[in-house]
This record gives sequence, structure tokens and C-alpha cells, in this order.
Amino acid sequence: MSDSTRRDALKRLGALGLVVGGAAATAKFAYDPGGFGLAQASGERQVRDFRIHHPASGSEPVFAIAKSSTNPAELVQRAVDAMGGMKRFVSRGDVVAVKPNIGWDRMPVHAANTNPLVVAEVVKLCFDAGAKEVIVTDASCNEANRCFQRSGIWRAAYALGANVILPSAHRFRDLRMKGEVLDQWPVYLPLVNADKVINVPVAKHHNLSKFTGGMKNWYGILGGRRNRLHQNIDVSIADLATFMRPTLTVLDATRVLLRNGPQGGNIDDAKDMHQVVAGLDQVAIDSYGCTLIGEKATNVRYLKLGHERGIGSMFWEQLPHVEV
Amino acid sequence: MGGSTPSEFEPGLNGGDFPAPIPWLGTVGQVQPLDAGGRKQPASPRLIQIRRAGAGAVPTQATRRAQNPTAASATLVNSGGPSALTLPKKAGPKRPGSGIPARKVIRVLVWVRRASQVGFVSLFLFFLAHTAFRGTFTATAGEPVRLPLPVEGFLLADPFVAAMTLLSTHTVYRGLAWSLLVLVLTLVFGRVFCGWICPFGTLHHFFGWIFPSRYLRGSKRVESNKTHWWQAGKYYIMWASLGAAVVGSAIGGLLDPICVAVRTIGMGVIPALQYFGVRSATVIASSNVRALQNATDSAQDVLSRTVWTANQSYFHQTWLIVFFLAAVLFMNRFIPRFWCRALCPLGAFLGLFSRFSLFGMEKDHAKCTDCNLCLVNCQGADSPQGGVKHRQDECHMCLNCESACPEDVIKFRFLPKRTSTITKPDLQRRTLVAATAAGAVCIPGMRIGNWPDKAYSEKVIRPPGAVEERAFLERCIRCAECMKVCPNNALHPAFFEAGIEGLWTPILIPRIGYCEFSCVLCGQVCPTGAIQKITEKQKMGIGQKPISIGTAMYDQGRCLPWAMATPCIVCEEFCPTSPKAIWPEAVEVPKRDSKYQKEGEQAAMLTVKVQRPHVDPALCVGCGACEKVCPIVDKPAVYVTNAGETRSKTNVILLENTAYGQS
Repeated sequence: MSDSTRRDALKRLGALGLVVGGAAATAKFAYDPGGFGLAQASGERQVRDFRIHHPASGSEPVFAIAKSSTNPAELVQRAVDAMGGMKRFVSRGDVVAVKPNIGWDRMPVHAANTNPLVVAEVVKLCFDAGAKEVIVTDASCNEANRCFQRSGIWRAAYALGANVILPSAHRFRDLRMKGEVLDQWPVYLPLVNADKVINVPVAKHHNLSKFTGGMKNWYGILGGRRNRLHQNIDVSIADLATFMRPTLTVLDATRVLLRNGPQGGNIDDAKDMHQVVAGLDQVAIDSYGCTLIGEKATNVRYLKLGHERGIGSMFWEQLPHVEV
Repeated sequence: MGGSTPSEFEPGLNGGDFPAPIPWLGTVGQVQPLDAGGRKQPASPRLIQIRRAGAGAVPTQATRRAQNPTAASATLVNSGGPSALTLPKKAGPKRPGSGIPARKVIRVLVWVRRASQVGFVSLFLFFLAHTAFRGTFTATAGEPVRLPLPVEGFLLADPFVAAMTLLSTHTVYRGLAWSLLVLVLTLVFGRVFCGWICPFGTLHHFFGWIFPSRYLRGSKRVESNKTHWWQAGKYYIMWASLGAAVVGSAIGGLLDPICVAVRTIGMGVIPALQYFGVRSATVIASSNVRALQNATDSAQDVLSRTVWTANQSYFHQTWLIVFFLAAVLFMNRFIPRFWCRALCPLGAFLGLFSRFSLFGMEKDHAKCTDCNLCLVNCQGADSPQGGVKHRQDECHMCLNCESACPEDVIKFRFLPKRTSTITKPDLQRRTLVAATAAGAVCIPGMRIGNWPDKAYSEKVIRPPGAVEERAFLERCIRCAECMKVCPNNALHPAFFEAGIEGLWTPILIPRIGYCEFSCVLCGQVCPTGAIQKITEKQKMGIGQKPISIGTAMYDQGRCLPWAMATPCIVCEEFCPTSPKAIWPEAVEVPKRDSKYQKEGEQAAMLTVKVQRPHVDPALCVGCGACEKVCPIVDKPAVYVTNAGETRSKTNVILLENTAYGQS
């Protein structure tokens, strides 16, 4: 004789079956085989290529040095015009990321960050060329709000309608760069998700890599603990320059930090040079730039590495270039 | 009188010393209340008559049942005289007892009070969320970086903070003069600060209302809202704090409600919200749906510029701070506003002054029917009910009791008769003296265990602009404003690093964040001058000696160039002074190759060029940027201790900085 009805017994058996089945299914689908799933670098290097592949006439120089004015905006204009004008690089409706150096909590006079007037002029030229949106950003070394404000770039770029993005944690996602030392690293997305990327570095002294300009400026696309990279700074710079191929590089040498780099901090550390270099070859531009602080390109190892990897040429004198 | 019978009254009303009960009056429950919601009908003339003439003027036939809210919704069915038939069928909100509504001014003021509470809590949270530097596109490069809002305003208006620092430093520091406003307010209106303004009090008010335990209903709530002996505790805490202040420690700030609110919400709640928000966003973003990712990105952009900051904040050992908040909030389940009644030293301090207040309560005990509605709604547990004397010093002036009273017993007015009011706190003089003395002696008691000159922990790196340690302890109220504002998350509440007395005082932990070279925000928000309002020029040493908070030291056994023949010097790159306090020495060092050239052979010896870092103690400002960026993550190869801090005349390294006889 049974205490329960058939209906009751079926209900209870059904419940039992559901629980056991559910537990078994969970175990099946959530099964963890253990082990370390460390990613290994393999395959080709990743490249974010923003270069233009349609030369306007074929006769444009590889880079142009503007040095005939004391007005930074004018220097930018002349250099870019000598390169065929901004319309050559930026098409109507493009989202353009402008990447100045906003690394340090320093004022323009210290020349540790890109001159805000240079950045502003680049932004303006992009808008004039028909850009839909111009993003200005950098992943700063010092506290970002201070860097953006005190560099003067925030104000200058905002006034022109640029989208100034301050770096915050959620803007970084891990990316496989597959470089020699840079395999997987958090990358600052606004700078790699644009249609065109214009690198606007400042030329300055750097105590470890000797000179910093266009190639080293790509440190600003990285998040995470960048400090580890200094153990192999030259290779990591070469890795970055391999990964990032900008549409255009505009090197600001209007005022150059000659010592105590990369931060400076003393007005006497910097010297007015009134030059702006625009061009396509980041290695060549940096090779020229390092002469401004009295360094030879052959002494700067990452330039050599970049040359060897075919990113560009360190023998800038031999390349077609103009002075305007 | 009329048809009143003893059955209409609660049993036991006649007992004790109460005045003889007054017979029930009026057709209660069927009378159109003055504030019948939404109806434009004029108030019943009978009711006005009641209010004007007081009880006794109107005959009544009402029964108890008519007062029953359930029965009242079906008015006119069974009870009520002919006059009641003229009333509308649906009465407005029911009032028990005689149903005499509170004066209109009181009913309005209760809502004004609620608005004021919401407003001040919002203002407080707004200030707290903006106790962070977020930069602006409007500023020019040369503009000094300061917060645009007086975010420390609530602390400046805190008279308990002012009193403590007045006793310890014999001065009133700058903005603390604002606290006089609150004092004057208290002298006129009593503890309105507690009931109307205090954001922490409002938080408790809210929690007592929204999360009461089931043991906090009905008679249990009435019981817990009666005045209890332990409410004197806050007075003893206050006297002990003032006693400690006299011997030179503002340690009472540990329990000051504004400090507690800033500390717990700023360093616990907001970072926790951020953690939760960022994690949720990460989960959503991992869906790889572009629209969702964009939405979370935008949401995080907005939140990081309004509520929290661009990077997750972490605070050293804040578990105790958060636990404390959870504990006092939890107490509201059983005793509404337990914190305000039992612990709050600011409330006690204001209670001390509320005895002189011109505004207060008058009670007409004769009219009280012991319905206890006043007690159900009481915030301060100040005995608003009939038959006992009102406790002026405990009253938060929330006006709930008069608003709830259906019998015209309670009246708040200017210059009330004080026949049924106790104005002074109920304290025993001996206990009071003992508490003050205990506060005073515990300071030397704590200091001989950790005297600032002896056994002084190297971890106590104070913020730039902090005054000398003993003067610092005289001023620091542990409000955590400096820690909240620090843009690099560098300042943290000390646990026991600075001794027991130094609990929750700010220390710099460079491993988590370094001191930004040109930033002076911690001094800007410090309400007591424990961190002085220095300028960038003073801090960076433009045309003068910079302010140093410590000195960097190398652990050469862990440093890559020193110990492992590996290039690095990130520390030098980040060193913000000019010339840099860290200088590299270029050397060629031997290094064994990491792999064998051939099987069975010794690994080759190589020579590598490295730059070995050194510190120049004359230039180092102790900002800790080097320690922060050192790639040795767990225990950095360069670390900062407070040695050589500018504020100390004894904790000096270099002879040239030894300046006895100078100030």
C-alpha cells in the first residue's frame, strides 16, 4: 500500500529527474579541464595600416620641413601643403584620430607635450578637408585630466569642435599585436578604431631612448604597465611603429626639449626651433628630428631597427624631401 | 457631555498622574478634514469650531468604530449624526483620535523639512562626487588647477569640528568660521541641523523609514522611540572628544557625522559602485555587440565624469570603514536613527546649545489620549508624548509629532512655556567629568605607544603641505576629503601605520598612486588646515625650496640595472623635478648569457650597457612617482619613506636642511 498517489509520485520523481539532469547538464557544459591557457605569439605581426595608397601625383616628397615662420599654425599649413594638402590624406566623412603627445602634466612652454597650436592647426585642416569627426586623445603618463588641461590641447582642440576623449580604463581592450616584445597588450581603442590616424608628436630628448618623436609617440596607444617596456625600449618602439602605420606624421619641433627628457620641467631645458615636419615616413622624420637635439640617427637604436624592418628609412637625407 | 461613555476611551487612561480624561468629542472620522486631498470643498465649520473653541464645545455621538479607518471608508453607513450626513461620502486621509488636523503651517513645514533633507543630501553627494579633479576644456594651460566648488562646505559648517580644532590649536581655521551659522541656527531653532540639514542624519532617517524590521512595528516602534538612558552616550563621546582636543588631538573627527559620511560614502560606497558598474559594463561589452559596447562606453564616460573617476579607486584597509557604515545603518532596523540618538557627537554638541533655543515645544498634557502617534513618528526619541517632559536637547525639530498629533497636544512655537520641557542633557556630572578625563588621558596613552618622535613609522608619508606631525594631529579630523580628491588615488586612510591615534589619517602609498608634482588639491579641500593651502610654486619650489614629503631609496638587490644587468630607469623618466632627483650612471656591466652557446659548454659572458639610478636627496621631493612606476610590481626596487620631509625639523637627512633656530 502506497502513502502517496500516483500523481504525487510522478511529480516527485519528475522533480528529482529535473534536479539531477540539471546538475549533470551544468557539469557537462561548465566543465573545466584545467591547465594554463597562455597565448603564444604566432603568425604574422598585426598591423593597423592607415596609410593612403593613392599618391596624388607621384611627385610629392616623402616629408616636408617647414621652418620659414615663427607661427606654428603657419608652419603646419606649409608642411602639409608641401605634402599635397590635407585633402590628400583625409576624405570627406572620415573619422580622424589625431594623436598628439599629451603625456605629461606640463605647460606648453616646457615643450614636454605637443604644442597646442600645432594640434589645433592639424584639427582645423582635418575639418577643412571634410572630416566628419576629429578625435584628439592620448593615454597620458601623468594624471590625464591635468595633462590634457595644462598642455593647453584640451582647450585648443575643443574650441575647434574636436572630440577630445580622456583616457579611462574602459577605453582599453586587449589586442594581439604579435610584436617581438609586444604580444598581447591593452590598446587604447579610440586611436585604432578611426578611419585615419594622424600622429602629431613633439620632438624631444629622452634619457633612455635618446630621442623621442613619432615612433615613440605610439607608447600612447598602450595601457597596462608600460614601464616594463623600458627594459627593451628600442624593440618595443619598433614593434609599435610596425603595428601603427599612420596616415600622416606631423612632428612638432617649434620648441624642443633638449635635456631632462621626456618630462623637462624647466623652461631653460627647452629651446625654440620653429620647425614642423610633415611626412609619410616615421623613421625618416624621427631621423631628421633627432638631429635637432644633436643626436645622430645611427646612435638611436630604434631608428635602426625601424630601418631594418622596412618601416622607413633612417637616411633621411637621401629621401625626396622639401624645405618650405 | 453628550453621548460619550467610558467605553470610548482606551483602558488605563485614567491611571497614573494623568489629568482626568476629556470626553470624546465631535463626530470624528466623519468630519471633513481640513486637508482632504484633492477636494476643493471648504473645511467643515464644525471642525473649525473644534479648533477654535478647543474640545468640549461640540456635542458628539461618535463611536469608536467611526474612527476605524476601515469602517471610515464606508462612512455614513451606520454611525454619525444628522450633521455627518452632509459630509461627502469619501473622507480624505483618516486621522485617528479626535481627528484634528495639525496646523497648516506645520503640515507645510514637514514637507519643507523633507525637501530640505533631500536637497541637502543631494548637495552633499554632489559635492562629494565633485571632490575629484576632472579637468576642463575651458581652462588655459597656465591656469592653476583648483576645484571650482567649495566641496568641503559641509565640514566648514560643522561646529563640532570647529570646537575641537579651536580647543586643540586655539584658532579657528579660515572657512570653519561658517560653523557659526549652524550654531546660531541651533540657538534660535534647536537642533534643526540634525533634522533638516545633516546628510548623514537624513541617510539614517531614510533607512529607518524604508527598512524597518518587523520588530519595529506598532508598539515596538513606540517603545524604541521613547527616550532611553543610552542616548546620553553621544554626550560622553562628545565630551571625551573635546577632552582629547584639549590635550592636542582632533581624534573626535573619527565619529563626526560629516566626516563619517565623507569617509564611508567617498571611500566605500562610491568606489564599490564603480567596481560594480565597471564589472557590469565589462560583462556587457564582452558580448561583442557593437551597440551594447557603445552604450556602455557612453554610460561609463558620463559616470566617470560625474559620479566616479576615470580609473577605479582603491583605498587601503577601508573594510573597517565600510563595516562601520553597514553596522550603524543596520541598527536603524531596530532603533530608528540609532546613530543620531546614541553616538553622534555633533548632535550632542548641538544638543548642548539647543537649550537656549528660542523655538520649542509646548505640550497640553490634558488633551493627550495616549494614542502614541507622536512616538511612532519621532526621530530624536525626545519624549514628545503627553505625561512626560519633552527633551529639548534630543529633539531634531522634525515636527513629525505635531503633524501626527490628532489631539492638539503638541505645539511648536517661539518662546514656548517650558513647564513641560527639559532643556539640559540628562547627564551625570561625574560621568561627564570622567568621560572628558578619559578622552584627555587616552591621547598620551596612545602616544607613548607611538610618539611622533620615537618609533615613528617610515610609512607615514603625509600629504604635501601637511603641518608638523603634532600640529597635524591637532588638526586632522579624518574627514577623508584629501583622499577623495587625490587625482592619483595616492592618499589613503592609515590603519595602524600612524599609531592607534592616527587611525584613518591620510598617508601616501606610492605603490598605489604617486603625488602629482604640481597638484595642491588636498590642501585646497582640507577644512582644518592639517594640510595647508600651498601654491604650486611653493610645492614645486619655483624660486624657493620645494616641499618634500619624503625621500626615495633604492633597493639595489631588486633594481634591474643594479642587480640584474637589465636596462630600465623608468624611475628616472618619471622623476618630475628639474634637474631630476634621480640621475643615471652609465656603466658597462657583465651579464651571463641566458642560454648555452653549445651543449655542454658554459654560457657566454656578455657585456651590457645599463644606466644605474641614483637619488639626489637634495632634490628628491618624495612624490613616489619612481616607486609607482617601478616594474618590480610586488615590492618595488625604489621606495619612498618620510625621511627628509620638509615639515619636520627632526626627520632630516641632510645637514644643509637642518635648520634649528629657524621656523
